[in-house]
Amino acid sequence: MTLLEVRNLEVTYPGGVAAVRGVDLSLTAGQKVGVAGESGSGKSTLALALLRLLPPGTRVSGEILLNGEDVLTMRWGRVRAVRWAGASIVFQGAMHSLNPVHRIGDQIAEPVLLHQGATAAQARRRAGELLEQAGLPAARASAYPHELSGGQRQRVMIAMALACDPQLIIADEPTTALDVMIQAQILGLIQGLVTDQDVGLIMISHDLAVLADSCDRLVIMYAGRVIEEGPAQQVYENALHPYGQALSASFPHIGDPASRFAPRGLAGDPPDPSALPSGCAFHPRCAEALEGCATEDQFLREAGRGRRAACVHVPVGVVGVAARDSSVPEQAADVTELAVGTGPAVEVAQSAGPGGSSGPGGRDEQGRPGGSAGPVERVGSARHAGPTDPARSAGPTGPAEATGPAEPAERATPAGPAEPAERATPAGPAEPAEPAGRATPAGPAGPAGPAGPVEGMTTGRAAGRAEGSDSGTAAARAESPGHPGTGHPSPSPGPGPGPGPENTPDPAAPPHDTRSPS
Amino acid sequence: MTTPTAPLLSAQGLHVAFPGRRGGAPARAVDGVDLDIRPGEVVALVGESGCGKTTLARSLLGLVPPTGGRVTFDGKPLQYSSRALKAYRRRVQLVLQDPSGSLNPRHTVYDAVAEGLRIHGGVSDEQAVVARALSRAGLRPPERFFLRYPHELSGGQRQRVVIAGALVLEPELLVADEPVASLDASVRGEILALLLRLRTELGLAALVVTHDLGLAWNIADRVAVMYLGRIVETGDAERVLTAPQHPYTQALLSVLPEAPGDPVVLSGEPPDPSRIPSGCRFRVRCQILASGEAERAGVAHRCRTEDLEVLGGGGEAQVACHWARVPDPAV
Repeated sequence: MTLLEVRNLEVTYPGGVAAVRGVDLSLTAGQKVGVAGESGSGKSTLALALLRLLPPGTRVSGEILLNGEDVLTMRWGRVRAVRWAGASIVFQGAMHSLNPVHRIGDQIAEPVLLHQGATAAQARRRAGELLEQAGLPAARASAYPHELSGGQRQRVMIAMALACDPQLIIADEPTTALDVMIQAQILGLIQGLVTDQDVGLIMISHDLAVLADSCDRLVIMYAGRVIEEGPAQQVYENALHPYGQALSASFPHIGDPASRFAPRGLAGDPPDPSALPSGCAFHPRCAEALEGCATEDQFLREAGRGRRAACVHVPVGVVGVAARDSSVPEQAADVTELAVGTGPAVEVAQSAGPGGSSGPGGRDEQGRPGGSAGPVERVGSARHAGPTDPARSAGPTGPAEATGPAEPAERATPAGPAEPAERATPAGPAEPAEPAGRATPAGPAGPAGPAGPVEGMTTGRAAGRAEGSDSGTAAARAESPGHPGTGHPSPSPGPGPGPGPENTPDPAAPPHDTRSPS
Repeated sequence: MTTPTAPLLSAQGLHVAFPGRRGGAPARAVDGVDLDIRPGEVVALVGESGCGKTTLARSLLGLVPPTGGRVTFDGKPLQYSSRALKAYRRRVQLVLQDPSGSLNPRHTVYDAVAEGLRIHGGVSDEQAVVARALSRAGLRPPERFFLRYPHELSGGQRQRVVIAGALVLEPELLVADEPVASLDASVRGEILALLLRLRTELGLAALVVTHDLGLAWNIADRVAVMYLGRIVETGDAERVLTAPQHPYTQALLSVLPEAPGDPVVLSGEPPDPSRIPSGCRFRVRCQILASGEAERAGVAHRCRTEDLEVLGGGGEAQVACHWARVPDPAV
């Protein structure tokens, strides 16, 4: 069951700073989702928005469904009830979140008293239990925060978050400023609690390595948007977005000669949320930016089983767009994923065909048939081993996906039949698919399309309308798809069809253009 | 990096103790440390908070007078008169963790970088020197930054300003206390790369104090692992980080997210430095002793009763552990 569903969340601070610009997120009970990003990426704002903790005057739009109930439209009384009992937050910097003049036991007991109508004695007992759960002796309840070490204080914060048996815990940088050993202790504690009590966990951190290690899914934010998401280990080890790649490369692997005496980072500074760059917000720091990136905004697109990324180099998940059109969104999602294997083939095919006409050009000499192939190849090169090149995709991501169990979660439904199909696709036509695709558009697309979706896709441009909610980002932007023409100059590699719908920034997705209002 | 050059900075039997509160036992923050840093060498000093690594760094800089042992720089013992310290700090500079806290918000970048020059005087072309330091620190073109204030800069740029301020006097050694802990991961690599480049270009030696073992792997020639006031393991970074001998180093490495095998999560926190356990100082948290491994190797008794000697400060691999020293331990 979906515990938390965030749809198209946008947060604009009173000064006009758009800190969160259209984020979708969903979480089931017992699932752990990590949100990574650097300072200013909007990850803490996201956490605060989930419980309506933002300062007055902040504009928040979208939907935050906690157990199906929209937090943003709740009455205040209900919001107060939901805080603590429905969802609670472990804030960063336990040093500053505890009241220095109250004993920790009293601080933990406070929500119990207020929310559960307990008597003072019950609350005290409960505080003791919670402390023990968090790995501190109950006797420490009479201590003041200054008497505790940083790790102990963080344990108190966790005990407090658990006070009213919430279904969702949001941990904002729970281990920042702690030593590795204490960090390991705290992470172990959080993991254990999540498993035992079947709560959902959203863990926010700048430390991708920690998140990859302790979460099921990973979401990477940049400049207020999700730019990549997927199964945690996959995203960490094989990021598709150049930012995701740079971020994971900046965590050294001890023992890996490649990082010895070679610290890696990302040139440039994080963008100023009040003055975001045009087009793809990452383009000024991106080593692989194309000309069009400065003008074309990029949105999330399907990029493999359960994975999405927002980069021009990631083949557009046309299939997804089409699929979403079909009635059942969930299935659609799955279908999308299936299609991925074939994705490249399809996409290439399209580019060859309509590519010219729809003038995805913009970027280079796209117009020419030859040209269209060019970019595609480039996409296929090196980076996106995964989706772009089916053959190779079999390598790194491939197997994991195929075997699926890696990340069962949501994708359960059609998994059954789906799987074989998927496996078949890359396996069979894989090799030929790609080259073939380039040559004969229709050819591979047909067979490749593991079923309907592809068709849908081809027609896909009509697809749009995407209110397809849910992960709709990709979909949503698809809106204007209609005309290949609109497909403006998409830089897209995702030449053909994809770009058309997908990239139409202004007209297509007005709501997402929020950064302009400032 | 085992060239037998004379150390640039050297600590011998260094002790720093802070008086106990209300007549309590003194806190032995640094409890006997030998450490050499040779010219052009990058040494990482790693350990948990409270292990004394920052105190050690401060005493190497002459900011905290040692209660025992001595510091020598370039072969001469460090003098603690104001004049001698001033001269010393021309050659050894400090970079602190939080660039926002170490820059005066009301000074421009130019003033912040030029401050050292003005204190030490004797520079005719201040502007050119400042510009050179800024561009060495990666702020180019330097003129563009002269009149900026710290709040106009990003975290990474601020840290570069701090580093430029340290470089402006052309020191021979940089002591950096958690130089990247407050920076974003993506910016971190850039700052570390800068430190490495300075070493290559200027032959700058560095002592980097950190709790981040990945950082040590990234930039250090040599690693010294500190626990409760003493260095418990030291040696080449490759060796210490890939084949750790001391149980403490092993535990620290095992809890890193990427580490293979089961994490060894030590319980509790380092003991109070005013009550350092008898015997091996790590014994109360030692997983080897707790699992009976030490017993099997026949050293458990020594672990409980016999303190280990201070490790030498040189480059050779050493470990202060009875168990690790048992030849071919029965593991």
